[in-house]
This record gives sequence, C-alpha cells and structure tokens, in this order.
Amino acid sequence: MPKLTIDGIEVEVANGSTVLQACEAAGIEVPRFCYHDRLSIAGNCRMCLVEIEKTPPKPISSCTYPAAEGMIVHTDTPMVRNGRRGVMEFLLINHPLDCPICDQGGECDLQDQAMGYGMDHSRYEENKRAVKDKNLGPLVKTVMTRCIHCTRCIRFIAEVAGVPDLGATSRGEHMEVGTYVEKALGSELSGNIIDLCPVGALTSKPYAFTARPWELSKVDSIDVFDAVGTNIRIDSRGPEVLRILPRINEDVNEEWLADKGRFALDGLKRRRLDKPWVKEGGKLVAATWAQAFAAIAGKLKALAGDRIGAIAGDLCDAESMTALRDLMVALGSANLDCRQDGARLDGSRRDFYSFNTSIAGIEEADAVLIIGANPRKEAPVLNARIRKTWVNAPIPIGVIGAETDLTYDVTHLGGSPAVLSALHDGSHPFAAVLRNAKKPMIIVGQAALARPDGSAILAAAWRLAAEIGALAADWHGFNVLHTAAARVGAMDLAFLPGAKGKNLDAMMGGGVDVLWLLGADEFDTSRIGANTFVIYQGHHGDAGARRADVILPGAAYTEKHGAYVNTEGRVQHGFRAIDPPGDAREDWRIIRAFSDQIGHKLPYDTIEAVRARMEQINPVFSRVGFLPRFGCTDLSGPAGDPAAISDAPIQPAVANYYQTDPISRSSVTMAACTEAASPTLVAAE
Amino acid sequence: MLQDKDRIFTNLYGIHDPMLKGARARGDWDNTAAILARGRDGIIDEMKASGLRGRGGAGFPTGLKWSFMPKQSDRPCYLVVNADESEPGTCKDRDIIRHDPHKLVEGCLVAGFAMGACAAYIYIRGEFYNESVVLQAAIDEAYAAGLIGKNACGSGYDYDVFLHRGAGAYICGEETALIESLEGKKGMPRLKPPFPAGVGLYGCPSTVNNVESIAVAPTILRRGAAWFTSMGRPNNAGPKVFCISGHVNKPCNVEEELGVPMRELIEKHAGGVRGGWDNLLAVIPGGASVPLLPKATCDDILMDFDTLRAARSGLGTAAVIVMDKSTDLIKAIARLSKFYMHESCGQCTPCREGTGWMWRVMTRMVEGRAEASEIDTLEQVTRQIEGHTICALGDAAAWPIQGLIRHFRPLMEERIAAYKTRVQVRLAAE
Amino acid sequence: MAASNAAPFEQPASFAFDAESEAQIAMIVARYPEGKQASAVIPALYVVQKQMKRTTGSAWVPVKAMDAVGHRLSMAPIRVYEVATFYFMFNMRPVGTYHLQVCTTTPCWLRGSDQITEACRAATGIQGWGETSADGVFTMTEVECIGACVNAPVLQVDDDFYEDMDAEKVNQLLAALRRGERPPVGSMAGRQRAAPEGGPTTLTTLQFAPEA
Repeated sequence: MPKLTIDGIEVEVANGSTVLQACEAAGIEVPRFCYHDRLSIAGNCRMCLVEIEKTPPKPISSCTYPAAEGMIVHTDTPMVRNGRRGVMEFLLINHPLDCPICDQGGECDLQDQAMGYGMDHSRYEENKRAVKDKNLGPLVKTVMTRCIHCTRCIRFIAEVAGVPDLGATSRGEHMEVGTYVEKALGSELSGNIIDLCPVGALTSKPYAFTARPWELSKVDSIDVFDAVGTNIRIDSRGPEVLRILPRINEDVNEEWLADKGRFALDGLKRRRLDKPWVKEGGKLVAATWAQAFAAIAGKLKALAGDRIGAIAGDLCDAESMTALRDLMVALGSANLDCRQDGARLDGSRRDFYSFNTSIAGIEEADAVLIIGANPRKEAPVLNARIRKTWVNAPIPIGVIGAETDLTYDVTHLGGSPAVLSALHDGSHPFAAVLRNAKKPMIIVGQAALARPDGSAILAAAWRLAAEIGALAADWHGFNVLHTAAARVGAMDLAFLPGAKGKNLDAMMGGGVDVLWLLGADEFDTSRIGANTFVIYQGHHGDAGARRADVILPGAAYTEKHGAYVNTEGRVQHGFRAIDPPGDAREDWRIIRAFSDQIGHKLPYDTIEAVRARMEQINPVFSRVGFLPRFGCTDLSGPAGDPAAISDAPIQPAVANYYQTDPISRSSVTMAACTEAASPTLVAAE
Repeated sequence: MLQDKDRIFTNLYGIHDPMLKGARARGDWDNTAAILARGRDGIIDEMKASGLRGRGGAGFPTGLKWSFMPKQSDRPCYLVVNADESEPGTCKDRDIIRHDPHKLVEGCLVAGFAMGACAAYIYIRGEFYNESVVLQAAIDEAYAAGLIGKNACGSGYDYDVFLHRGAGAYICGEETALIESLEGKKGMPRLKPPFPAGVGLYGCPSTVNNVESIAVAPTILRRGAAWFTSMGRPNNAGPKVFCISGHVNKPCNVEEELGVPMRELIEKHAGGVRGGWDNLLAVIPGGASVPLLPKATCDDILMDFDTLRAARSGLGTAAVIVMDKSTDLIKAIARLSKFYMHESCGQCTPCREGTGWMWRVMTRMVEGRAEASEIDTLEQVTRQIEGHTICALGDAAAWPIQGLIRHFRPLMEERIAAYKTRVQVRLAAE
Repeated sequence: MAASNAAPFEQPASFAFDAESEAQIAMIVARYPEGKQASAVIPALYVVQKQMKRTTGSAWVPVKAMDAVGHRLSMAPIRVYEVATFYFMFNMRPVGTYHLQVCTTTPCWLRGSDQITEACRAATGIQGWGETSADGVFTMTEVECIGACVNAPVLQVDDDFYEDMDAEKVNQLLAALRRGERPPVGSMAGRQRAAPEGGPTTLTTLQFAPEA
C-alpha cells in the first residue's frame, strides 16, 4: 500500500495502482482520452501527463506509471501544463471543426478538455487529414476523421467483448481504426464502443442527428431484453424515447449494455397497441375501455374459476403480475403459469431457480460448467463477466449443448445432457476438473430446462453441484440462467399453477375457456383451443394480440414504474420515462380497474400499495437493488429423476439474438442487425 | 589511429570467406568453451570492465545491461539481437552480418550464456534479405558444428539461435517495438516500466542488444577488457565501425577507435570532403536522429559519445552523413522529417500528429513559403514532441530540426525573405 | 503499406497455401515456443507474397491470404490485417514483375537519388509512386533508408540491392531486367562492398591462415 504525495495531498493507494489512480484517490482530476479503468492501459494519448520528482526531467504519463512509496507527484506545474497543452494541440490539428454537426457535441471529452487545455486559435496552417468512414454495421456510425486514435474501441472489442473485429491498420498518421474488410461488428456488446469513444468518431447510427444531450429527460430504469437486469438510463424528449444508455452497477452490468437493450428502442414506436380492441363477428374492432372490460366481464360471468387461466410473458413487471395473480385467485383460478417456454423450473426453493453465485461472484469461480445455455446470446453482459474471469485467469469452462463461440475457450463435453451421468460417475475427465476446483459453478440454461426431461436435467445438475463441492456454506455454485426479464419475479410471486391448477400445457387445447395473456407472445398460440376466449394485455401487436378476442393496451417497460427481478434474484425498480401511447395504461392499473368492474376490487390504488402486497407474497421484494449472497446448507435438490435424462441434443434457446420479443421484433434496427448477421445465422442452422 | 591488429571486424569488406572456415581462420569460435567456463559473472564482469557502450545508438553500458537479467528465473530468458538497422546513414550491421556472421553467432552464444538465456532471436530488417541468407547459413553451420544447439561448444549449455526477418518498419529498431514485432504484432513500442529485463519477449526476461555490441563481445572476452580500454577515450572505450556517407569522395565503412577526430576519419578513410574540407557545410555525426553540426564544430571534434553529446549532438550509430556547400540543408533535413513521419508507428499523439506537422512546415520552409515567426512555432512543435512520447522516435524526429534551427536559422530566414521578394516581384509584374 | 494512388484491382475469391508454402510455414512455426505461433505472422506473410509471385507473377498479399494466415496461426484476421498493413514490405495490392524501390532518404538523396527516380520514370513511363507500368513489368515505390548508405544511391529490385547507381546504370539495369536477366547484386560501380573506392585504407596488413 504505497503512500504518495500528490500536489501536497498525501494518499495511500492499493498495490499495483497507477499514478493516475492515485491522483483520483487524492481527488485531483487528470485529463485523459485513452485511459479507461475497465480496459487495458494503452498510454497512447499522452494527455494525462504529470511531473514526478526524482525521475528524468520530463513529464510522465500517469496512467502507465506505477505508484510507488514516497513518490512526490505534481499535476499543475508549468511542465505539466505545457505538456498537456501540447498534446491537446496535436489532437486538435487534425480534428475537424465540425462540432455543430457532431452528435457527440455536449458530451465530448475532447470538447470538454479543450476548454481546459486548448488554445484560442490554431497554429496549424496545413490541410487537415480526412479519413474515409467505415461501415461497422447497422449500429455504430463512424466519422473517422474525428478519430483521435485512443484505441478504446479496439481494446473493448478485443478484451471485453472478445470478438476481435476491430483494429488499427496502417501506421503513423495513416493509421485507421476499423475492421479493414468493412464488415458489421460481430459482438452483441458493440454499442458500448459508442459510449467509450471520447469523441464523435463512433456514434449511434439509429440516433444520428436526433437530439442534443441537454434536450433530453433522463430516467433510471432496468433493461428487459434479457434477465441480467442491466441498469439503464432512458433518455427521452416529449413522448419519445430517443436513446438508452447503461448506468454503472458494479454488481450487475459494470458499465456495459447489450446491443438489444440499447438499440431495440425503435421497436417501442411500431406495432403499438394504443387502444382497446374487441372481436366482433370474427374481426377486431377498436373499442373503449368500458366496452373491452364489458366484453371480458360478460365472458367471465358464470364461468367456474378452474375454466379461467393466465399466462405471464417475459417482459412483465412484477406489479402487473401481482395484480393478475390476485385477480385470478379472486376469480377462483389456480391456472397460472409464467413458463412460456415450458421450462421445468422448480419454484419450491428460490435457489432452485436463481443464479445463486451472483454475477459479480462469477469472478471468484475457478471452474464453470454450462449446461444448455449460450450466455453470449442469452445474457451478453453476464457473458462478458465470464469472459473477464477467464481472461484474468484461464479457468476451465465446460459446455454441454450446441458448440458455439462463447468468446472464451471451452471444453465441449457433448451436445446431449446424457454426459451428465458420466460427470456424475466420474468417468468423464471433466468431472475431475470440477471436483478439483475450489469454487466451481454450474450454469443451467433454459435450453436444458425447456424440454421433456428438463426436471431430470435440473435434478442431475444439482446433484452434480453437490458432488463437486459447488454447494457449500460459503459458496453457492448452482445457477439457473434465465432469458426472460420477468421470469424470476414471476417465480418469486408464484405465478405458477396453484393447487390442482393447470400449467401452460394443460391450458392449451381448450383446457380453459378464458385465457388472459399478460404480454405473453413467446409460445405457440395456435395451441390455444379454438373456443378459448383470449384476452391479450400488452403493448405490441404480436403473436398474443393476433389470437386475442379482447386486447387491453398496456405500457412498455419505458412507460411504467416497475419492479424486475433478474436472474440472480436481484429486485430492481425501473421508473417511467414517458407516457404510454394513446389509451394504453400502466398494466397493474388496468387489472385493478377491471377487478373493480367485476366486483373483485383489488386492495391497492398506488404503486406503493401494490409493492406492499408483493412483499406480503414474498419478502424478497422489500430488498431493492441489494442482493445478499447465500451459501447452500440444504443439499436436498429439486424434484426430478436424474436417470430420466434423454440423449437428445440440446437445442439453442435463442435462435436470433436480435429478435426475441415483441419490441425487438418490431425494431427496424434489430431487423437490420438480423440481416447483417444472417450469414452467421444461416451457418449456425 | 587504430592498427589492423586491433581491429575486430577483420573481414569488414567481405574480401575473405565469411563462412565458418574463414571465420575460424580469423579466430572466431576459438575455444569458446573456455569463455563460457568463466561463468556468467566472470563474463559480465569482464564486459563491464571493458566499458563497452551499446553500439546501437544509445550508448548504454553493455555489461551493465546484461547484469540486469535475473540470476534465477523460472521462466525462459531470451537474448534478442537488434539487426533492424534502419537509422538513415547507418549500414554497419549489414556488413557484420554478411561478412563476419560468425562473430555475431558466437556473440549470441556468449552473451546469451552470460545472461542465462535459452535462445537468441536475431531480428533482421526485412530489406536485408540477402544478408539474412548469409546469416542463416552461418547459423546452420554453427549448429552442424555443434557450436550452438544442444551442448553448445561442448559446454553442456543448450542454446538456440533463430533468425527472424522484419518487414519494413524503422520503429522496430526500438527495443520494445522489436519485441512486439517478434511476437507477431505491429511494431508499437511498449510502455516502460516494465523493462524487457523483467518482462520482455513472451513476457519473459529479455535483453535487446545491437548486432555490433554482441559481435564484439567474443573478441573482448578473448583479448581482455584492458586491451579494449586501451583504445578510445575514457568512458568511450574501444573501436567502432563508422559509416561515412554523403558528400565525401569515397564513402565507406571503416572500423576506427572512438575519439578519432571527425576530420581525420573523413579524410583518411573516405577520401575527404568533396571539393576539400573547406567545402564542408555540415555533418550529421551519428545517424539521422542526431542534430547536425556546422563545419566550424566539425573542424576539431572527436567522434565519441561524450564529446558529441557535449556539442549537443550525439554519436548515435556513428553514421557520419557529410554535406558539402552545394547542399540544400533545409531540404536535407526536410527529407528526414518525411522519414520520421513515414516511420512513426502512430501509437501516441505527439509523434503521430507532430511528425506530419513538422514535415509539412519543413516542406514550406524548403521553398521559403512561410513566415519568419513560423521558425519559432516549428521549434516549439519540436519541443512539444520531444520528451512527450512513448518511445524515442519522437525525440529523434525533433532533434534534426532543432539542430537546423540552432545552427542555420539565418539560412531559413533568408529563404523566407527570398520567397517574399519573388512573390512581390511577380505581383508587381502582373 | 500506406494506400497508394494506383489503379483499382480485384481481390481473389480464395487462397490456399500450396505444398511448398506449407512446408515453409511448418519450418517457420517451429522456431517459436509452443503457443507463440503468432510470432510467425511476418514470415508467413512473406510466404504468401512469394507464393503469389510464384503462382500469379505478382508478389502481393490478398485479404483471403491474410485470413488463411490467421487461421493457420490461430490469430484473429484483424490482427493479421494490422500487421500486414503496418509493415511497408507487404504489398497490399498487385505489383509488377519487378518491384523497383528507390531509396530517397537523405544519404541517398545527397548522392543523387533524384536522378535515379527520374531515370526509373523515364525508362518505365511510371509517373507516381506506387504505380505500375502500363506493360505490368515494373512497379515503382519510394522507400525509406534501406541501410546501404555508403553505397548510395541505391535501387532495390525485389529483394536485391543495386548500389552506387546513376542514371546510366539504371538504364542498363532496367534493360537487363526487361531481357529477363538479373545482373549481379551489389555495387554497380564494381566496388568491393562498402570499402572505399580504389581499395581499403584498413585491414591491409592482416594475414590469415589459408582459407581454402
């Protein structure tokens, strides 16, 4: 723990810190472009110069220099000021003066730092360099003349994303950042390079020329395109969400956001359900709320509770599911399900269906077994954490399921879950790897659970976890990786068949007479009985709405306050950024209003009251944001017979990363990404 | 003046057989096992005592550099030989490689042994294709004769020598850029610390030495530090290969002792300045990177590290570029600016942006199409680059211009004034 | 190599190492420690360039060949593109049968490289750097100091240095090349390597044991 003196301030920093980090610890701001604390150190911009006593009399780049005991650092001497001014001048001589038409304007590091270190005129009399723009695909727009060659994007794509498409070709002043072969970036995390770019070289292609940052209202929310629970900021102007950016949450997403969460937002404006619809004579007709409610009430009248069912979709907030569940109970129905994909999840204990190790906890793991999951497609940000762990120390990672590039080296154990028995009896060499690990992790994906032998696989995975020491008092190495943002919340709320209740399968084919779909679009709606009366409550005209007899227009995640529980079991609240379109309303309020119409008035009028009710159902909802980590002391496992595993190969849960839900399927941007990636998809199929 | 009996590179001109048989006749590989038998410390102490300063340009004491290698290492250690000779004016390593390759190969063994290395990688510039063929043949001969490889020279020491060709990048002469290049990357200099002796090739302890520094080692160890220090001047010991190019009557390479007067060097070996000594305008005494010296300084200056440094220039690679009075000095330096712009790796800001800026201004200066005040701006730009970059290429790009401004500012001002006059005359005529 | 102003060209649709190249690559990779095969990227790109010369008559590096190198050495293709474009000796576009590389850096310039350039231009009809003559025989590239300064000016043809050049010698050399001849490399003035013209001033008094 070296102690340094920086501008007369004494600081003590962790071993291995750099002088720049020490300056930050002392509260002294050091300008920088290339340095980023989540990327390797490049030291190339030369902006962070400081003066260190007892070194050769020249300024030193603080981001690269190791802090040492007794070091005396100055950050505001003539040498430092001149050095930084000189670097700033060099950066500006070939940087275009196009700030008025640059999307980075207002949030540009170069602009900001030029205020501090720039001159009021240019001494550069020569022609400025012009660089050809690059095609990086549908998401990232380039204006490469603005590039200051900090290489943050290259480092991110290579180090964090692990899909090395970007590089700097040629050299000297001809050096250009790009893919060289003009191809779309292959990473699901590519949008993060827009945030990392300190200038306007890389900006958002869909957002181009849309707004200035100071025009935007900024609201904190939670991403719903996967089950990671990435913390996001929704920037809107008037009735429109214009862009979505990640917020820092070290425990969840660090500061990354997956591309779907960032770029599918144009889907929020298309195919929206903005008024109620009622089917009359086989055709949906626009209706008022009263007409829609009356149609449903008429259908429910005199219907026995067990003839009514409800299915919760993948994007639902916990509040709406609470309200719907309460309504169903009031109507005497135990026919509830949230497992559209048919995943054999066991709701009897929370650690049977959660990512117990926690996302941050991945970094402690020293061996990983992935069963039927493709974290790269199903949870790109979580996958980046696995990759980070593997980069820091190349831990053994075994995969059961389809062979695919996860951005780290894996041992492929087989396509079928049958190999689990060989791991169980120790006949497979990877069994010893897992047993020898101190903190092994098993990750079970929905692809393994959403099949007839899903319970068997779940039970076998748990049994293996117990055998390899993954279940210990101080380490819970059993994990379920979800793909749906709503799923864990639904499980926590027991949005599952009650006593004698029907599950999704049983509700199909006429198993119920009225079926309430709460944003449920991800199952084969043709399986619903022809005479079943379908209520679709949701925000997009997708599969569910197409089958509906009544449509209740709900709010997308950007348009409502809502609680989401991520795959870890972390409860997080998102806030409303804009109003729902037209007649659409917040979902729990729709259900609450309807309940009043049919004489089962739900006992809450405010979101606080709904949340109190949620806590009553499951106290986990009182713990917002924070996730305590538990070990495992009860080794008894989930229901299922490990012997019943079939040897059918596991099929991927996510076929096309860019189109997984009603919003992304409505997104033009995501369609363009699908198009750009189609060669890969075709090859994968 | 150095006598032939004290010259190390006895086949400098390739008159004799460069291969093993000829090399042995010249004393190479003579009981090398006995040198190794002195042990690591014995060799390093002798090298330190010889006062040999690195022949690649920086002049860092070679023995001291070797001593930085760990005495014990759980990782392999490497000797990396810098044969990326690319400093304009310099062509000495080329002649060592093609005419005395066994001195280098033997040097690789003794130096590598002294630093506990398991192998040497010789990084030769890509343009030296024919030279690399000769060197590879010498390496193959040495393997076949048991001089290197398993149980090298019967010493019990296993040692490999590999040749690796670069592909046209001056920056790879910078030791960490060379290592990057050898690892299969762009030749972009690394940040220091860590230094190669701790984290070098493949993350292992490594020492990078110039060809000449390594090639002279066996002779020093055979003839002793005292013999070596008997030549040259204090702190500037031994002989050195000089390259004399430019406006001399007989450009050549020659091995002379350090501290030889520049005028003697040029007149004795290179046939003198074209048109006589008084026709001399300026000399770049140590390769393109060092500031030029005007004739007045050249008259009596000695060619060694410390003397030239005191004259605000440097010995560098001992590449003497002579320019007579017919030379457009501004153009000569502008061409060097173009060189540095072309060879900047582009990694760090001041060099990437500054070398282009300097070249563009220098190009105008050649015509005189500039304001006199821009000479100051140009000077300031060189100062903004110097000392602000990751590696020394920034300094190297700045110094020639600084030297020009320091010694020939009036010439630049005259050029600018002449241009203005020409423009005015033309305007008046129109 | 920086982009030049030469004519547009087509990238081949595929590239595969032939047996000769495969044998060379295997030998090259063996020089580097286990797992460090990326070290072989520059040598492997030379192998590509030589194979292209052998099979198409033009020594250059197509994109598909860089992909093949990446595949062979377990490197991401972009890392190979970076290397190939960083180093000046890899031709990223087709070149003529003979690649004339004129050194114009100060030591050569002081000794008349301008005349060498002019003579090359006149003899080949090439105007700009990086261009190929209409008959496809010559490509002319300006190169930085190639390290033969005491034998300046130097004209490099493919891998060979022709030293102590002047305009007349350029004409002779290019005429010979056109005839398919390859004059001996080195000083075109008949000088003993880098010794002073007329004979060495040093190393004249040494006697070695007989060599043959």
